[in-house]
Amino acid sequence: MKDSISQIIKDDLWKNNPVTVQILGICSTLAVTNIFLNTLIMGLGLTFVTAFSALTISLLRNVIPPRVRMMVQVLIISSFVVIVDIFLKAYVPNISKALGPYVGLIITNCIIMGRMEAFASSNEPGSAFLDGIMSGIGYSWVLLVIAFFRELLGFGSILGCPVLDPLMKSIGVSEGWVQWAFMIMAPGGFFMLASFIWIANSISAHQVAHGKK
Amino acid sequence: MEHLSPWVIFFAAIFTGNILLTYFLGMCSFLSVSKQIKTAVGLGLAVTFVLTVTSALNYFIYYQILKPFHIDYIRYIVFIGVIAATVQLLEMFIERYSEPLYINLGIFLPLITVNCAILGVSLFMIIRKYNFIQSVLFGAGSGLGWFLAILAMAGIRERMKEDKVPSALQGPGITLIIAGIMAMAFIGFSGIVQIQ
Repeated sequence: MKDSISQIIKDDLWKNNPVTVQILGICSTLAVTNIFLNTLIMGLGLTFVTAFSALTISLLRNVIPPRVRMMVQVLIISSFVVIVDIFLKAYVPNISKALGPYVGLIITNCIIMGRMEAFASSNEPGSAFLDGIMSGIGYSWVLLVIAFFRELLGFGSILGCPVLDPLMKSIGVSEGWVQWAFMIMAPGGFFMLASFIWIANSISAHQVAHGKK
Repeated sequence: MEHLSPWVIFFAAIFTGNILLTYFLGMCSFLSVSKQIKTAVGLGLAVTFVLTVTSALNYFIYYQILKPFHIDYIRYIVFIGVIAATVQLLEMFIERYSEPLYINLGIFLPLITVNCAILGVSLFMIIRKYNFIQSVLFGAGSGLGWFLAILAMAGIRERMKEDKVPSALQGPGITLIIAGIMAMAFIGFSGIVQIQ
């Protein structure tokens, strides 16, 4: 059991990472990666939905008739998304507004459906729950890295506080940090994700070539 | 949003606010099904059709049923149900009338249900408070915009099948870079009209 737990964690976080290896579910979250905080909230919401839908589906896996299982899965997932949406509206209305329709789009995030199909519907509730959490984290950390760089280069700030502007001024550049508008717009997101995948794949290839796991 | 002509919304949805290249919606099927022009055309048509139909249906359901009864917080569940039903119907229809199309598209049709673009359009039209005509044309325009993007991508990928790409960048990596360049090209349209 202990072996399989560490296997799940390792797989979801790096070896079989949903974003870099499976390229799943970037739709709903890539759009909000130009601000770090929004991405963080999105990632937390997604992890919550994945984990609890995995738990529910795993508990019900012997009851759900196979023919309608997709429909049931979608309904379970959307119920949890409704909870996240109402929660965000109540406690962080500003961020909820900034995220707009993307919270609802967690439903159609392919990662969740993928994990439900591939893992939760055929495993014990405990490991399904863990797999849900780990897939969510494995997905979020990649997007957080992307968001960090997009916000840093695009707005010159980290978590909303300006960093690069004072830095540039302190080394004698009088106009301060010139914001990369490009990074805030859609192409920046595409290029950042592509670069991330490139680097991740290179590292994996390097590890394989040197016989490490 | 009342003042915007529906046609402005229609063209804006295709070019300046392309659902895929500006809002990143529908990426999963875009990345996996854009290897061949033929399948891209089939999927693009299916998405356009489903988008147009579901935006009309969801508009009615939201404003006639959910809103008057104050149960609009369950709109996600209702919308996804409508989308799944429409896709199921389309699947049965294609299976009955076009065998080759079914063989080519059969496995992708269920994917449309979880294509973020479909649900995204329904959610956008509610948030932007479009009226009925605006919503339907927004749905159709978004579908065509998605179609255009996947068709262009399939064309590019067919042409560069033989080209040498760094091994770590093969597959999705290079596709994302192409998508990024396409998105840059589409930013060029943004001077024409801007919708929020």
